[in-house]
Amino acid sequence: MNSRRTIYRRFKSRTILGLMAFTFLLALVPLVSLLWTLAANGAATVTPHFLTASWAPVGENGGIAHAIAGSLSLLALASVVAVPLGLANGIYLARRAPTRLAHLTRLLLDVTSGIPAIIVGVFIYTVVVRREGFSLGIGFSMVAGGLALAMIMLPIFARTSEEAIRAIPRAVEEAGLALGLPRRRVILRIILRAAVPSIFTGLFLSLARVAGEAAPLLFTAFGSNDWPASPLKPVSSLPQLLFDYARQPFDELVRQAWGAALVLVAIILLIRTATFVYLRWRYSKGASIA
Amino acid sequence: MRALSTNLAAGDVAFGAGISVASLRAGFGEHTVLKDLRVKIQSKALTAIMGPSGCGKSTFIRCINRLHEETPGAWVRGSIELDGEGVYDTTVDPVELRRRVGMVFQRPNPFPNFSIYANVAAGLRLNGMRKRRMLDERVERSLRRAALWDEVKDRLEKPGSSLSGGQQQRLCIARALAVEPEVLLLDEPCSALDPLATERIEELLLHLKREYTLVMVTHNIQQAARVADETMFLLLGELVEQGPTSQLFTNPRDPRTESFISGRFG
Repeated sequence: MNSRRTIYRRFKSRTILGLMAFTFLLALVPLVSLLWTLAANGAATVTPHFLTASWAPVGENGGIAHAIAGSLSLLALASVVAVPLGLANGIYLARRAPTRLAHLTRLLLDVTSGIPAIIVGVFIYTVVVRREGFSLGIGFSMVAGGLALAMIMLPIFARTSEEAIRAIPRAVEEAGLALGLPRRRVILRIILRAAVPSIFTGLFLSLARVAGEAAPLLFTAFGSNDWPASPLKPVSSLPQLLFDYARQPFDELVRQAWGAALVLVAIILLIRTATFVYLRWRYSKGASIA
Repeated sequence: MRALSTNLAAGDVAFGAGISVASLRAGFGEHTVLKDLRVKIQSKALTAIMGPSGCGKSTFIRCINRLHEETPGAWVRGSIELDGEGVYDTTVDPVELRRRVGMVFQRPNPFPNFSIYANVAAGLRLNGMRKRRMLDERVERSLRRAALWDEVKDRLEKPGSSLSGGQQQRLCIARALAVEPEVLLLDEPCSALDPLATERIEELLLHLKREYTLVMVTHNIQQAARVADETMFLLLGELVEQGPTSQLFTNPRDPRTESFISGRFG
């Protein structure tokens, strides 16, 4: 009786485990096939020359360095705008009693994160790029592209920062106050530091999200065949280059588009891994004295 | 506050300050937790506050360092005097007061992502002390006072959270001692610890009470009997009885104290 039950339970356990393993593999299929397709089509194109050379006319063996540099500068610019604003929002939302303004802020952030990327691009075009009407009128530029990406990043980063800060127990704040530290210093120097690993994760997630965006850049950064020279000039970016090249009738450009796709994914993975390694090094083994 | 600091500099009361509490009422919103509390706490001694859960023990000690008022909706009436000076006087800055009245909490709460060293140095550093040699010296002295130095001196750069529960609690004591308070409030400091770790903390408290005024909340009756010089018994926000520990335990004046220490409730 007893042993039959045991056999039945073991059977049940194995079946469920088997199902779980199967679904795990199933979930892995799209990821692996995506990486495989990218590598199969793009790997041959990605040479040191491809990564370091700028655009050249078809047939003259150009590279995508200008787009890599453009993407990186757009991401840097977007972070410079979104990180301070997002942190300020996150701290405000996490540390405030549920006031009406906090609710409204949260609602607006959520609504903003739901706006389609292409609309963000058109919006930034209207208020920043356009040279007439109610607009800053600075034209197609890195600044405009950076602002568009920042607008997409901000709600994601603000909400993840809020969660990161909220996750720090109240006991930590009280311990800081009990040492005779003003609340603002407790928040900025203790709570924020405690939340840093999760804040970095949020930063990475939001960066990865915008790194692959082409739509908001069409009307803002516009695209270019040159190295990024000035924040006020149009710049190229990997997603936009991919979008442009993939539609061209030339095999060479289509091959370059595959290469750009592979590089884009590699850059995102690289940022992710670097963040992870850095945080492991900094916060789990040897927490620094500084 | 200012006048008092000068007194301290003059040197007659270096460590350890007496506390006297008069008609203290405190609570949250509509709810009154403490009803007209009137007690005196000796300097350089360990005073235990006993009572069943919810009797206002924690609220009381959180009034002494004015941490109570940091909770939304909290209020306080009445007076608490530390060395003859009103803690709730308008001239007193709660932030400065808390440097003189340290606190250790129920659960060990080292700062996350701070090393052992950084935890102890936090109160000094974030108040502007920069000199490395002075910091080193204070960190070592505080860790020695908290009887933790020998266990951690070779791994000061490791995260505070890498220590065991009992060690973390001693780390929190060291962190509180580093800012050189006169009074140390302890809110059930052993309730999250195993018996061995509890014993170590109790030994430590017996040492510390020679230099500091210690006020410890506990609902462990035996613990109060073991370490406290004075014990007070609170019930429903009121003081039932206060006296030298031995007297309170052997010869309680109030029948409610007697039933509590004989384990009939609480």
